[in-house]
Amino acid sequence: MKGLALAAMTVVAAASAAEIAPTDRRSGYDFAGPETRAMQDDDTANPGMLWVAQGESLWATKAGAVARSCADCHDNAQTSMKGVAARYPAFDPALGRPVDLEQRINRCHAEHQQAEPWAWEGPELLALTAFVAHQSRGQPIATETGGAQRPFLEQGSQLFHRREGQLNLSCSQCHDDNWGKRLAGAVIPQGHPTGYPIYRLEWQSLGSLQRRLRNCVIGTRAEPYDYGAPEAVTLELYLMARARGMSLETPAVRP
Amino acid sequence: MARVLINLPTRAKRGEVIEIKTLIAHPMETGYRLGPTGAVIPRDIINRFTCTYNGQEVFRADLFPAVAANPFIAFFAVATESGELAFSWTDDHGETQTEVRQITVE
Amino acid sequence: MTTTGPSRAHSTPTLPLTRVPPSPACAGGAGWGPTRRLVLMSAAGFGLAPFARPAAATPATMEKAIRDLVGEATVIPGKVKLELPPIVENGNTVSLSVSVDSPMSEAEHVASIHLFNEKNPQPYIAAFHLGPSAGKAAASTRIRLADSQRVVAIARLSDGSFWSDTVDVIVTLAACAEG
Repeated sequence: MKGLALAAMTVVAAASAAEIAPTDRRSGYDFAGPETRAMQDDDTANPGMLWVAQGESLWATKAGAVARSCADCHDNAQTSMKGVAARYPAFDPALGRPVDLEQRINRCHAEHQQAEPWAWEGPELLALTAFVAHQSRGQPIATETGGAQRPFLEQGSQLFHRREGQLNLSCSQCHDDNWGKRLAGAVIPQGHPTGYPIYRLEWQSLGSLQRRLRNCVIGTRAEPYDYGAPEAVTLELYLMARARGMSLETPAVRP
Repeated sequence: MARVLINLPTRAKRGEVIEIKTLIAHPMETGYRLGPTGAVIPRDIINRFTCTYNGQEVFRADLFPAVAANPFIAFFAVATESGELAFSWTDDHGETQTEVRQITVE
Repeated sequence: MTTTGPSRAHSTPTLPLTRVPPSPACAGGAGWGPTRRLVLMSAAGFGLAPFARPAAATPATMEKAIRDLVGEATVIPGKVKLELPPIVENGNTVSLSVSVDSPMSEAEHVASIHLFNEKNPQPYIAAFHLGPSAGKAAASTRIRLADSQRVVAIARLSDGSFWSDTVDVIVTLAACAEG
């Protein structure tokens, strides 16, 4: 587990000198090639929509010991879930820390449907997360960053700016300082989570932000966070805060 | 039953050439990948896709492992008369999944 | 519906000593350059390579596959338009479109379109079978390309003639390896 000394080294996210100016912020969509963008733009050809369709089906499926579906409590997702994904990770008072959308869905599934929690990156959790997040497509990212979220946001910022791993790289060095340049033939995007869960061509599957972060961290030869680890969520929180105001594109297609 | 997305117009004019787009969820395991233990993951792909229009075949595709996962196939057909388009995907185990869509031709 | 998910998270580090399964692109894993070139050379007495893959297709294998299709006939470049991005972001999913200039009438139409490649483990990609009822000799799909290579589309017309188009594709890889 990574220990963090917050005291003397806290970097306040909003005032970070290396942060990209709001007018310069670009979604990963803008860095993708024309064919990849075309794949995302067409709902009938976007493979991510297969998971959204699956999620829509799960939304209406009765589950768990109480045989209750998401729809039974949340009714029509198009209205009830609109804007929800744009606010995540959100603070969970019961846990005393932020949770991301996958965790929120799984907690509902376990507590209110009284069912076995779904596996991380499993088809059900991906499908439902994609379906719920899809209801916020076009919405501006508006994650809460003040109040109880503040210390977790600062921790996430720390993780983003900290050099780590065998290559001694921080996220910030590539995604704040060198975005737009090329790394081994691929353009370095700014790293905004504007379309999660994404259909990543490399995976040939839909996947979560945590999976993508694990890829990055392993790519820099550092130890990846376990799925669901609190650090992973604080990093997600920082990334969403860094992308505030940008539109959600779920399900995005990325190389 | 794999998740499927089919896009075609519900109405068309007689003689009009319509575009049909299909997408099906399938990993299209190539048979060239190694699993975590080092053993080859066996090939498991959809090897055939057919589209029939009122029972008559209008398009057929033979697929190989070089086709990407979650196969996307788009093609054209002439709208002749109202009726049924049937789309079938057959995999290496010989299992076939068929989806049916109606079209009205005026 | 199945998805190709990653291995489960472990509490001990899994990198880089544990080799993650290579990406499903035919001949190798993203981001691990040298392994892409390993081929099974047992016939030449080299012993088994760590990755048990058949020898990659070569331009010669592709030529043979094309010969198997056309027999003694000459393949004429023309009429066929094969569209692939000149630079591919990720070899796992490459958009491909192919169309043939043809009236698609009973008398004159495209019977089939065949796609070949020269560096995947095997030369065949897909074959589309059409007829006058297609209205337009065109189809699109997404393919896997293991490496930068040529892709060839050959159309068989109703009069028995063969026409072709060839595209040279550069395949780049994702920058960060899967984990």
